[in-house]
Amino acid sequence: MEAVVFFIAAGVTLAGACGVVLLKNPVHAALSLVGTLFGVAIHFINLEAYFLAAVQVIVYAGAIVILFLFVIMLLGVDRAESIRAEPIIGQRHLALLALVALLTFGVLIGVASKGEVTGVPPQEATYTPLEGGLSIDEARQDDTGNTIAPKENIREVGRSLFSTRYVFALEITALLLTIAVIGAVVLTRRPKGELEPIPDDDPPSIMRNDENNADLHPTSSDDDESLLETEPSESETSSAEESGVSGE
Amino acid sequence: MTSLVWLIPGFPLIGFTLLLIFGRRLGEPQAGWLATATVSGSFLSALAVFFGLATKPPEERVYEVTLFEWIPSGELSVGMGFLADPLSIAMALFVTGVGALIHMYAIGYMHGDPKFSKFFLYLNLFVFAMLMLVLGDNLLITFLGWEGVGACSYFLISFWHEEPANATAGKKAFVTNRVGDWGFMVAMFLLFFNIGSLKYSDIFSSVIEADALTQTTATGIVVMLFIGAAGKSAQFPLYLWLPDAMAGPTPVSALIHAATMVTSGVYLLTRMNPVLAEAAGWSTDLIWIVGLFTALFAATAAVAQNDIKKVLAYSTVSQLGFMFVAVGSGLYVAAIFHMITHAFFKALLFLGAGSVIHGMHHEQDMRKYGALRKAMPITAFTFIIGWLAIAGIPPFSGFWSKDEVLLAAWNENKIAWVMLLAAAVMTAFYMSRLVFMTFFGEKRWGTSEEEAHDNETEKHEITPHESPVVMWLPLVLLSGLAAIAGLLNLPFSHDTKHLEKWLEPILFGNEVHVNASGQTKWLLAVIAIIGASVGVIAAIFVYLKNRVATSKIEHAILEDAWRFDSTVSSFMDGPGRRSFEATTWFDQNIIDGAVNGVGKITQRVSTRLRSTQTGLIRSYALGMVIGAVAIIAYFVSRMGF
Amino acid sequence: MILGLSIGPEYYLALSALLFTIGAGGLLIRRNPLVMFMCIELMLNAANLAFISFGKEMGDLGGQLSVLFVLVVAAAEVVIGLAIVVAVMRRRPKASVDEVSVLRG
Repeated sequence: MEAVVFFIAAGVTLAGACGVVLLKNPVHAALSLVGTLFGVAIHFINLEAYFLAAVQVIVYAGAIVILFLFVIMLLGVDRAESIRAEPIIGQRHLALLALVALLTFGVLIGVASKGEVTGVPPQEATYTPLEGGLSIDEARQDDTGNTIAPKENIREVGRSLFSTRYVFALEITALLLTIAVIGAVVLTRRPKGELEPIPDDDPPSIMRNDENNADLHPTSSDDDESLLETEPSESETSSAEESGVSGE
Repeated sequence: MTSLVWLIPGFPLIGFTLLLIFGRRLGEPQAGWLATATVSGSFLSALAVFFGLATKPPEERVYEVTLFEWIPSGELSVGMGFLADPLSIAMALFVTGVGALIHMYAIGYMHGDPKFSKFFLYLNLFVFAMLMLVLGDNLLITFLGWEGVGACSYFLISFWHEEPANATAGKKAFVTNRVGDWGFMVAMFLLFFNIGSLKYSDIFSSVIEADALTQTTATGIVVMLFIGAAGKSAQFPLYLWLPDAMAGPTPVSALIHAATMVTSGVYLLTRMNPVLAEAAGWSTDLIWIVGLFTALFAATAAVAQNDIKKVLAYSTVSQLGFMFVAVGSGLYVAAIFHMITHAFFKALLFLGAGSVIHGMHHEQDMRKYGALRKAMPITAFTFIIGWLAIAGIPPFSGFWSKDEVLLAAWNENKIAWVMLLAAAVMTAFYMSRLVFMTFFGEKRWGTSEEEAHDNETEKHEITPHESPVVMWLPLVLLSGLAAIAGLLNLPFSHDTKHLEKWLEPILFGNEVHVNASGQTKWLLAVIAIIGASVGVIAAIFVYLKNRVATSKIEHAILEDAWRFDSTVSSFMDGPGRRSFEATTWFDQNIIDGAVNGVGKITQRVSTRLRSTQTGLIRSYALGMVIGAVAIIAYFVSRMGF
Repeated sequence: MILGLSIGPEYYLALSALLFTIGAGGLLIRRNPLVMFMCIELMLNAANLAFISFGKEMGDLGGQLSVLFVLVVAAAEVVIGLAIVVAVMRRRPKASVDEVSVLRG
C-alpha cells in the first residue's frame, strides 16, 4: 500500500515540478507548484510526519504560494517570457552539464548508500538521544511516564520542540519572522520623489544581443494578442516610460 | 646630585623648544639671552653632577640612569639613558662652558641679523645634540647625537644660505660626515652582532671580562669607528668639509668646528678604548699614522692661507691630527687633555678672529689687516694669549698638552716624533704669521671699495673698532682658561696629574705609560720649546722684518691644500657622477620597477578577473550550482561503496 | 508485487535528488524572477523530504524539527525576497533578472 501511494505521490510531485520549470505563464507555474507541494505533503504522511504534512499544506501551499500570486498580480508579471531564447552565452550548456552531474551524484548517494550514511544499517542502529533532546520513545510518554498513543505525532513534536535542545532555536525563529515582517514593510515603501533610473550602460559581455530576446525588448514582443485590450495603451505608456528610462 | 644628569641636555632642549615657539616674538636680544641662559643652566647642572661624582671614591664614579625604553625591538632593546662618568662629565663641562660663552658672544656678533632667533634656535639644538652624544649610555644615543650635530652643523654652516656658496658648504659638510657615519654604523652592527647590546656598560663588561670579541672583529670595529671619527673630526681624507665650513658665522666655527663637534671622534675612540685594546696593532697604528699625516698636511696648508678663518680651520684639522696621534698611541689622557686645552684656545682664537672681522666690517682677507692692536686692544691681548697657547709656549696650556702628545709620538716611533715636531713648528709659524699680519706691522687697510646695492662702487672708510662687552667678555674668560688650563694635568708628579687621575676609571687600564726617563722628557720638552720659538722667530723675519719674501713660503699649491680638494671635486663630477647616475638609474628602474611591477601585474590580472563579475544573477546561480556539484563530487569520491 | 514493495529510504532520497535537480534546472533556465523563486522553493522541498526520510529511518525527531525550522526560514525568506523583487521590479514589470546587472565588476 505504501508503495502505491509513494509512486502516485511521486508522480504528482514530479509533474508539478516539471510544470513549474516549463510553464511560460507564471500563474500557471504557481499553480503547478501547489501540486508539487501537495505531493510532498503526501510523502510526509507516508513517512509518519503528520504534523508537518499539515503545516506544509497550510503554510507553504496556503500562504507562500498565495503570496507569490499576490506579487504576480501586483507587478503585472503575467507576460510570458520566451523559454527558447537564452541571452547568456553558454548558460544552457553548462546548466545541462551541471544538472546531469547533480542528478547522478544525488541518486548515487541516495541509492547506493541505502541511507546508511553512518555506515550502520538501520536495524542495528542504537539511538542515543543527543544532549537535551528527547528520543521518540521518551517523546511518546506523557508527564506521568505512560506511553501515549504512538501516532500522536504532534504531541511528540511539541515536546521535543520545547526541550532544551530546540527551544532556543524556536525562539530565534520567532524573532526571525518578526524581523522578516518589518523588513518587508521597510523594503516596499514607496520612495518619496523620483527615483533615479537604473543605469543602463552596455550589457555584460556574455549577453547575446540579438532580437530573440523578446522579453528584453518588450516593445517588440509578439505576445500581445493574448492579452486584454487595455494592454496596448498601458503598454504604450509603460513602454514610453521604459524608453525614456533606457534612452540615456 | 648626580641624578640631575638629565638636566644637562634638558636645558638646551627646553631652550630649543621655547625658541621654536616664541623665538620670533622674543626677538633680539632676548632670544639670545634665553639661549645663553639655558646653556648656562646646563653648565651649572654639569657642575653639580661633577661635584656629585667627585665626592665619591673613584671606583664608584659612575652613574647610569635610564629614562625610558626607547626602542624595544626583540633582542635589541635600547633605552634612553644617560651615563655620567668621568669622561662624559669632563666633556659636558667644557662643551657647556665654552658653549655658554660662545652663545653670549653670538648675541653681539649676530646683532642686526634678520634671522637672529633662528640662529640661537639652531645653536641650542646643537648643544642638545652634542650633550646627547656625550652623555648617552649606549652607542645608539651617541649616534643620535652624532647625527644631530651633523645636521645642526649643516643648518648653521648654511645659515646665510642666500649665498649659494654657503649652502654648498653646508651640503659638503653633511655629505662628508655621512661617509664617516657609514663607518660608525657598521661598527655598531658588528658590536651588536657580537655582543648583543649597544650599552656601554654591557659592551665593556663583555669585552673585558668575557672576552666576547675576537681580535679580527675588534680590529674591524676599530677601523670602522675610526672611519666615523675621521669623518666627524676632519681627518684625511674626510677633512674637506672643514675649511669650506668657514662660510658659516664665526660663532658657529668657534663652537662647532673648534671646540665641540669635531672632538666627537676623539671622544668616541676614547670611550671605546677597551675595544681598541683588543684590536690588532695595525689598526691603532693606522689611527696615529693618519693623525700624523693630517697634522702635517694641514699645517703646510695653513701656512699659505690668506683668509683668517681658513688659517684657523686648517689649524683645527692639524690639532685634531695631534689628538688622534695620542689616541692611536694609547695615550688617551693626552688626547683628552689636548682636546680640552684646544677647545679653550681655539674657541678663543675663533672668537677673536670674529671680533676682528666684526670690527673690520666683515673683511676676512689678512692682507688687508695690519696694526690692529691699537684699534682693538682687548681683542689683540686675548688673541695673543691664544696664540701663545697654540704655539706651545710655556706656561700657557697648549704647551703642556702638546708636549704630552709629542711624548706619545716619541713612544711610537722616533721619526713620527720628528714629523710631529715639524708640524708643531709649523703651527707656531703660521699662527705667528696670522698674529703679525693682523695685529702688528703697518696698516694695510684704509678705504675699501665696496659695491653698494645698486651696483655702484662706494668708497668708505674702514674704522676698525673694539667689539662690545658681550663680545670681549667671553674672550677675556677664554683667555684666562687658555692660560691656566695646563694646571689640569701637569706632568711633574702623580699628584699634579689631575686629569689622568680623574679619567682613570674609564680607561680600564688601557692607558699606555711612556717608559722614558724623566730626563728624556725634560729634553723633549726643551726641544719643543726651541722648535716653537724657531717658528715664531721665522715668522718675525718673514712678516715683521720682511727679510724674506713671502712668496718663498706661501706657495700656491699650499694655499690650495695640495689640490686634494679640487681633485676630489673633479673626480666626483666626472667618473663619480656617472657612477652615481648609474646607481640612481638602477634604483629607479630596477628596484622601483620591481615594486611597481608587482602593482602593475596585480592590476592586469585583476582586470582580467573582473570579467567574471557579470552582475547577472543567473550566471552567479550557475556558478553556485557548479560549485555545489564539485563539492558533492568530492564527497562521493570518498564514499565507500 | 508492487504493492508489497517496501519503500526504503533510498527511494525517497532518489526522489529528493530528482526534485532538487529539477528545481536547480529551473533556476538556471528561467528568467522571470518569480518563477526562479518558485524553483528555489522546489529545492527546499526536496531537502525537506530528505530530512524527513532520514528522520524516519533514524528514529530521531530531529528530522521533523529541522524541517519545521526550514519551513519557517523559507517563509521568512520568501517574504523578504518578494519584497525585494517588488522594490526592484516595481517600475519595470516586464523585466527579467538579466537586466538587473548593475553590480558588475
